[in-house]
Formats: sequence, structure tokens, C-alpha cells
Amino acid sequence: MRANIFQQEFKMHLRSVITWAVSVAALIFVFTSIFSSFAKDAALLNEMMANFPEALLTAFGLNGVNLATILGYFGFLFLFVQLCLAIQAANYGFGMVSIEEREWTADFLLAKPVGRTQILTSKLLAALSSLLITDVVVWVSSLVFINLFKADSAYETNPLLLLLLSIVIFQLFFLAVGLVISLLVKRIRSVTPYAMGLGFGMYVLSAFGDMLGESVLELITPFKHFNPNYIVQHGAWDTPLVLISVAVIVISLAASYILYTRRNIPAVV
Amino acid sequence: MSVIEANHLTKYYGKARGIVDVSFQVDEGEIFGFIGPNGAGKSTTIRLFLSLIYPTGGSATIFGKDCIKYGPQLRQDIGYLPSDVFYYERMKVIDLLKYSASFYARDCTQRMHELADLMELELNRRIEDLSYGNKKKVGIVQGLLHQPKLLFLDEPTAGLDPLMQRKFFQLIQEENARGVTVFFSSHILGEVQRMCSRVGIIKEGRMIEIADIKTLQQNNYKKVLVEAAALDAAHFDIPGVTNLEHTNGSVRFFYKGDVNALMRTISGVTVSNVTIEEPTLEEIFMHYYE
Repeated sequence: MRANIFQQEFKMHLRSVITWAVSVAALIFVFTSIFSSFAKDAALLNEMMANFPEALLTAFGLNGVNLATILGYFGFLFLFVQLCLAIQAANYGFGMVSIEEREWTADFLLAKPVGRTQILTSKLLAALSSLLITDVVVWVSSLVFINLFKADSAYETNPLLLLLLSIVIFQLFFLAVGLVISLLVKRIRSVTPYAMGLGFGMYVLSAFGDMLGESVLELITPFKHFNPNYIVQHGAWDTPLVLISVAVIVISLAASYILYTRRNIPAVV
Repeated sequence: MSVIEANHLTKYYGKARGIVDVSFQVDEGEIFGFIGPNGAGKSTTIRLFLSLIYPTGGSATIFGKDCIKYGPQLRQDIGYLPSDVFYYERMKVIDLLKYSASFYARDCTQRMHELADLMELELNRRIEDLSYGNKKKVGIVQGLLHQPKLLFLDEPTAGLDPLMQRKFFQLIQEENARGVTVFFSSHILGEVQRMCSRVGIIKEGRMIEIADIKTLQQNNYKKVLVEAAALDAAHFDIPGVTNLEHTNGSVRFFYKGDVNALMRTISGVTVSNVTIEEPTLEEIFMHYYE
């Protein structure tokens, strides 16, 4: 770890972290603030949902969800929070090494007296800190807004905490996978399409997996590994699936170090 | 002691040729010129020394140590000015220089300001607002601020105006006088001729000649001009003569061989003027590439 690289990287992330954190907090605010009007017509709402085709409900992750309780409702909206967090993390992962190579600043950094392992570690820690800051904002705003808008719907603390904590591993997945993909391809022209692709792609896999009742797909996507409805309903993580996420993270990071230390840095031709 | 040593260094990018079997040494305190046209492998060679890329074959040492294994440690004493300069666009010049300085063990503040003053660099501008020439100046300052013992200059003068070029050459000569070894890559032969004692000529990835500039000139052909009232070009068509040109009252040709044979041929004519010149590096260079 080199403090100067960490600082430099962290500064580069700062504006993006603020944007993401504020946006996600606003999303949570808007969604939770309309809960009380939902809850008023809860019986009506659940009745209406019972009439929807099941395929539609599963596609939106609404199957077996009780929107009349604050946690059931929050679990549903949390899918959108996850989607944002996934894209943010994938964005940092894809950009970590590729941006310097695309903008040709890699020559500057790598000609300095510092090894590649140290460079990657410093960059990873800076990205991780940026993600953690976002997570803390998500945690605080979730707790504050839930308690502010829950009306008379009581909730259990345990499932909520498990749900909130899950986003750390969830984001690490997208960070690590984004990084390793960026090192496997020769060049990434623009980070955003890749990040959106990975984020939405994993979400779509999860939604389609539900619709088709296909359980193989759930092995791949962290939207399944950390399914908010599952965590809310069971008050626990789906441990085997979570372990898949952890394994993917470990393998991706290990592969990233190997690939990065052997990488030929492209030059202007 | 040789500061740089390349042993059969080879680099392929997939199937594309980078450099092939390049071997040479650069001694301490020397300014070594590395010349060749675009795409010959000059940048590839430098980037191998800096471990920005890894060789397909062969090896290289700097200060006697393997340049990959001891890369980070060696780079404490290496300065690098790339041919194309790119820095973090949103940073201010001063912040970039400070960031650069923060990698080195020694305190670089004083030298950084000296160099910035010398190159007339405005420290509070953003990198993105700088012209190419000014970015190049940033490159020069960041490459020299840690007082390296070895300098890699990759086509360093591109983008600098003539005044700045002169300052830059003075700066490099001063550094060299302090004992700094310089590896100077360029396709501008005039500046190589002026700065370097020894040159390596690279062609299509292979080192085709390594020699002192003086021996290169002396062992090469001479440029001969003979002026006379009545001239027969065929008279000069002796072994060793090439590029014979006959214009109105004068004959020009290149000659390689025994100078006495040349003198005897010339003395057979009543001449009004004779010049025998050594070729410029440029002419030698062109000769290698023809």
C-alpha cells in the first residue's frame, strides 16, 4: 500500500462517491416516504397483487412479498438500491486500471519506483473505501428514513441489519469481477457501458431465473445470492449462495493480481 | 561500469515485431544516442528497460541489476521522459509535480522549483489547459526533479520551441557533467550528433550498428566536389565512387576507399576547386536505410 497512490485515487473517486451516495439516499427517501400511503390501502394492494399473473410478480421480485409491512416494502425497493450499488462498484472495478491505460497516464505511474502489486493494492483500497463510504450513507439513510416513515408498522432489526450489511460483499463482487474483466480484455474504450452491462445483466439474469424457475442462473448472479426478499423473509443470508459470491471475489482478485503484474502496458502507436 | 546492458533483448506483440535480439551496453556518464525511424523499436526498447512491458526473450540489467526483478528499487534513480506526454488532465501542474515527487526517497522540492523556473513553467495551470509544448515541459521537470542517475529520453524535443530546445540540451549537458548517464532516443540526427558520443542505429527492430560518431564518420564515404573548366565525368569513375553527378563545371560524388587513389585521380585534371567532406550523420543514416 502506498499512501500517495491511495490519496490520489481516492480524490479521483470523491466526486463520484458523493453523487452516488446522495442519489441512493434520495431514492431511499422517496420510496420510504410513500410507504404510509401504501400501508393505508395494504389490504387492497395485496388483493390486487394476488390478481397479477405470477410471472409478472416474479419478474419484479414481488412474489410472496407483503408490501403492507415496512420490511416487506423496503426489501422490494432495495432491489433498486442494489442495482445502483452494482453499477457503481462495477464502474470502479472496470475503471481501476483501464482509465489510466486509456488516458495514457499509466506510463507516468509505472515508471515511478513502485511495484505493480503495491499499485493495485493501493487502488483497490481506495476503491473499497469509496464504496464503504457509499455503504455507510445507505445504512444511515435507510435506518433514519425507515424509522421516520414506518408509521405504526413494526419491524425486526435483525433481517434489516443483515440486508444492509450484505451490500458490502455485494459491491465487492462487482468491483472484483469488473476489475478482472478489464484485465482480460485488451482495452476498454469507455467504462460506463461495461459497468451498466454487468450491473443490469446480472439483474436480468436474476429476474429471468425467477420467471423461468431456472435455478442454475441463481448460482451466477449476486442479485440472487443477496436476494432482499429472501433475507427479509428468512432473517438470514442464503449461506451457500453467499459463499459463491465470496469465492468469485477471491478468485477474481487473485487473478487480477496475476494478470496485472504480467501485463504489457499499451503505448501510443 | 556499464549502466545499461541489454542481452539479446526481444519483444514481440503477439506476432507483431517489437525488437529482435538487441544487445548493447551503455557506460556510466555516457550520452548514448539511439536512432532509427518511427516504428523501428526505439520506444519498445526503453519501455522494456522500465518494465512497462516484458520481454519475449533475453534480459536487461540497469546498474548491474535485473530491470524487472529490481524494477521498483532501480527506478528511484531513473528519470523518464516519454515521447508522448500524458498526465492527469484535471490536476494542476504543481499537484502533479508534487505527486511525482512523493514517490522518491529524497526531498525534491527545491530541484522541482529550480527546474520549473528554468523551463518557465506555470505551476498553477491545469494540465488540460496546457499546450503540447507546455505538457512536454511538465514531463521534463517530473523526469528530472528527483535527480536521477540515469535518464531515458524518448524523442524529447518534439513540441519544444528552438529556445526551449536549447535550454533543454544545456540542462541535459549539465546533468551529464554531474555524472548522469543519458539514453537519448531520437530520429532527429542533428541533435544526436551534437549531444552524443556513441550511437546505436536500429532498423526494423534490429540493432544494425553501434559506433562512436567519429569513427562512424571517418570510416564512411567522403563527399567530394571537384570544380574545373573542362571536366569529363567518366574520368572519376574509379572503384569506390558512387552517386556520381556531373553538373555544369563541377562533379560531385561519394568516395569510399584509399584516399591516395582518389588524390591521384584528381591530380590528373586541372581543377579550380576541390572539397572533401565527411558526411553528416543524416547522410550516414540514410545510407543504412537505403
